[in-house]
Amino acid sequence: MIRFLKQREGALGIIIILMVAGIGVYAPAFVSPGNIIRVLNDTSILAMLALAQMMVILTRGIDLSTASTLALAGMISASLAQNYPELPVITYIGLAIATGLVLGLVNGSLISMLGIPPIVVTLGTLAVFRGMIVVYGGGNQVNASEMGDVFQSFPKMTLFGLSTIFWIMVAVALAVWLFLSMTRTGRGLYAVGGNPVAARYCGIDLSKQQFLVYTISGAISGVCGYLWVSRYGVAYSEIASGYELTVIAACVIGGVSIAGGVGSVPGTLLGALFLGVIVNALPVMQITPFWQMAISGAVILAAVVVNARAEKRGVKLILPEARRAAGAAK
Amino acid sequence: MNLPQRQAVADAAPRRLSDWLLRWETILVALLVLVIVGNTAISPYFLDIYNLSDATYNFSEKAIVALGMALLIITREIDLSVAAIIAVASLATGLAAEAGAPLAVLLMTGPAVGVVCGAFNGFLVTRIGLPSIVVTIGTMSLYRGLAQVVLGDQVIKNYPKTYTAIGQDYLINWPPLPHSFVIFLVLAIVFAVVLHKTAFGRKLYAIGNNPTAAKFSGIPVERIRFMLFILTGLLAGLAATLLTARIGSTRPNIALGWELEIITMVILGGVSIAGGSGTIPGVVLAVFILGLITFGLSLVNVPGIVISVILGCLLIVSIAGPIMARRILGRR
Repeated sequence: MIRFLKQREGALGIIIILMVAGIGVYAPAFVSPGNIIRVLNDTSILAMLALAQMMVILTRGIDLSTASTLALAGMISASLAQNYPELPVITYIGLAIATGLVLGLVNGSLISMLGIPPIVVTLGTLAVFRGMIVVYGGGNQVNASEMGDVFQSFPKMTLFGLSTIFWIMVAVALAVWLFLSMTRTGRGLYAVGGNPVAARYCGIDLSKQQFLVYTISGAISGVCGYLWVSRYGVAYSEIASGYELTVIAACVIGGVSIAGGVGSVPGTLLGALFLGVIVNALPVMQITPFWQMAISGAVILAAVVVNARAEKRGVKLILPEARRAAGAAK
Repeated sequence: MNLPQRQAVADAAPRRLSDWLLRWETILVALLVLVIVGNTAISPYFLDIYNLSDATYNFSEKAIVALGMALLIITREIDLSVAAIIAVASLATGLAAEAGAPLAVLLMTGPAVGVVCGAFNGFLVTRIGLPSIVVTIGTMSLYRGLAQVVLGDQVIKNYPKTYTAIGQDYLINWPPLPHSFVIFLVLAIVFAVVLHKTAFGRKLYAIGNNPTAAKFSGIPVERIRFMLFILTGLLAGLAATLLTARIGSTRPNIALGWELEIITMVILGGVSIAGGSGTIPGVVLAVFILGLITFGLSLVNVPGIVISVILGCLLIVSIAGPIMARRILGRR
């Protein structure tokens, strides 16, 4: 069992390596260190959003409002920079996170306190949050020239050749991994998703868990909002429109089960990387970008079919010890 | 959703006056009256028969798809790919028009493509046993992606006049009724009768309330779901035919984001996302409420994105409101 689990993430990793190698044979420029770094930087925002989404999906929920949260947080942060361009960069980031946190709280409260299905709540807030960008900004957009250097230079700073966006992603991934594997609450997320009734008997409070994951999801979307706007140098109402589905796709490719209770940090990161490689490879392969959507659709379907096969193999077990015991029993 | 609600027979006849007053459809009727009164108050142009008739263009095509979506959601499935199916079906209609196909073929192309797309969704969900939300996120990218691959940044717009007339002329001149609106009304009646008056309709509720029990009762759960996916695909294809005729062009981004608007119609109509409850009259009322709010607000020049904020709030408040009311009143 444990070997098999390793294989799944391993298999995805191998597919990505083969894919990169294949593209490299066709277009050597793609595997140059510079380009690989570019792909990693490009994928980091998707990876962070996918990690947040994974935690939500673990509890059998879904957050369709991530892209709208990102856009609104980015817009608010950018307009602060527009009005006060000389503040320390942490205030811009802080404002974006705070905005995302508040929006996540709205989702979390509606879902956990009123018991409205997550898909209904986040479908509503998807429209509301994005619309608020126009209500807030009056339909104006903030351009790169208006944002100020402090705001824009931060994501372009590098450490060991990789941008700050990448390192923030690494920090987020580590934090999520520690949270999910080392803390009681984190393990509880798997329990709630795996079997809500059993989790309840164990004294795990579903509504607290829901409140927590949607708030975290909002906060992560918020920081991504700052990074997105400062990286691409423009904030308007349509940024990242429809991106929530790409994020969910990354999770699904990474082996997160939409039925809840199954998903890992490495898998999700690889799922995001997989999509990132495809998006970046198309222009190199001289395939028109029009193919991108069709290819990612086909990949998602292939991934779910593979995942479904895998899930049928055995019952979901939460603790590593139980997994090992089950492996030994086979 | 909370358990007691699911265990209750969702559409049983109401017994007491308070039950009837708290019935979802009653709330929707009140809301609809409110919307009509409000709109009449803010704009003198609202109650103009030609304006109202034009307003139906904005929601009829979505509403046609919403009928199929309602049945799917009642059986605990969902189809996020409907807007993408519209794009593919519109593309196929466009290609047929460029090949010089006669009118009858043009009208059949969209629905036929819709059936194929719906069948593919249904096959993946019911035969391979995948969750429909993931499958249709995938096919949504796939179908719209295919439309993008074929169209690129081109637009197909040389449709014959006989075809575009169907989308642009009235079926009946007085009262002025467009084809799409009449088709929606006829379909709504058919769907209501089938869902509420036939054994087949009862089976859909049975599946939604407890698929396992339904299976053990001898209901062909997977076959029915498969049929519903095909039906929803067919309706999306039909919507594509009407939409393409109305706007007279096919672009890759046609009907973009419609899936969420269609699902909003269904949920606001009182169909539980957890399956097993909801009515066609409810969905029809929700269609009118959403359609008339959009129309009324655009009459007074409210930007589209602000309208979407209002509709989003309406969705949440309308679901949250009754839950909070029940808590405050201490009912269950």
